[in-house]
Amino acid sequence: MSTHEHHDHGHDHSHGHAHDHTTFQPDIREPSEEWEFLEIALRELLIDKGVITAREVQDQIEAWEKKSPEGGARVVAKAWTDDGFRQRLLEDGNAAVAELGFEIEALKLVALENTDDLHHMVVCTLCSCYPRPLLGVPPLWYKSREYRSRAVREPRAILAEFGTELPETTEVRVVDSTADCRYLVIPRRPDGTEGMSEAELAALVSRDSMIGTATAFAPDGEGRSG
Amino acid sequence: MTERAISDLGGLPGGPIDTAEHEPTLSERRVDAMMMLLRAKPRSFWATDENRRTIEGLEPKTYAESAYYERWVLAMRGLLIEKGVLSETEIEAKLSEVRARHAEAGQ
Repeated sequence: MSTHEHHDHGHDHSHGHAHDHTTFQPDIREPSEEWEFLEIALRELLIDKGVITAREVQDQIEAWEKKSPEGGARVVAKAWTDDGFRQRLLEDGNAAVAELGFEIEALKLVALENTDDLHHMVVCTLCSCYPRPLLGVPPLWYKSREYRSRAVREPRAILAEFGTELPETTEVRVVDSTADCRYLVIPRRPDGTEGMSEAELAALVSRDSMIGTATAFAPDGEGRSG
Repeated sequence: MTERAISDLGGLPGGPIDTAEHEPTLSERRVDAMMMLLRAKPRSFWATDENRRTIEGLEPKTYAESAYYERWVLAMRGLLIEKGVLSETEIEAKLSEVRARHAEAGQ
């Protein structure tokens, strides 16, 4: 997005309308498309009618921004260092992450462990189901037509597009999420990480490694653990 | 064999994946926030599955051509009407007002 894109339609920022112009970054684009007008219309109606408040919308947006893959990374690092936790996580994802304070309502959380022999990659072919409480909001590519359609047919080609190469002997297993069941990949713990603290290990766990399009970072800073 | 649903993309051919990160726009953040507020307790106007059903019930052309959050806001509109929270008439009236306001501001 061009930093000057919002000037293209000559929007006058000095006008005095009542709608909320709070922006999160100075160059964020102003609404200009029909669906964005629909967003404004629905929001203003819901606020006028007292169904929701502007404050709640703002708080919800801030809550979203706080949710990040760091939650999932904490879970993975704990699984790497605490074998009892790892077992519980694999048996009952919801109960195990609740131990760390992550409440996952109305969804079954399934943790999948990657090993030398087996690599999991998660997709939602039908929409965009994703373990938001642990990973935040899904990246755009996860919701894209291309990822959704190709993941179940040519996962290795997709992995290559993400710069992830796995040995031929590693089985790649693609799992398809549903509205009621979400997956968290536990990436293979990188070599050379013995003795690292949970916090240090968590820093090696990228979002993509928990979706399965990548492996965890190597401790020497390389993009993948090999 | 039955025809594929518009959302049933698994296994279809597709081009390369654009792996670029995307900073959500203000409109996208607001649609997401509203969807979560309306779906969650205490309002619980609808369940995730109903949201899915509504998105999957969009016209195939609309589904194919719409951006992700565009589909969400269209589904939200449909569900708000279906659940009796807002009426079609008031949404249309408000939309006209918003469009007019935008046109005026753009002059």
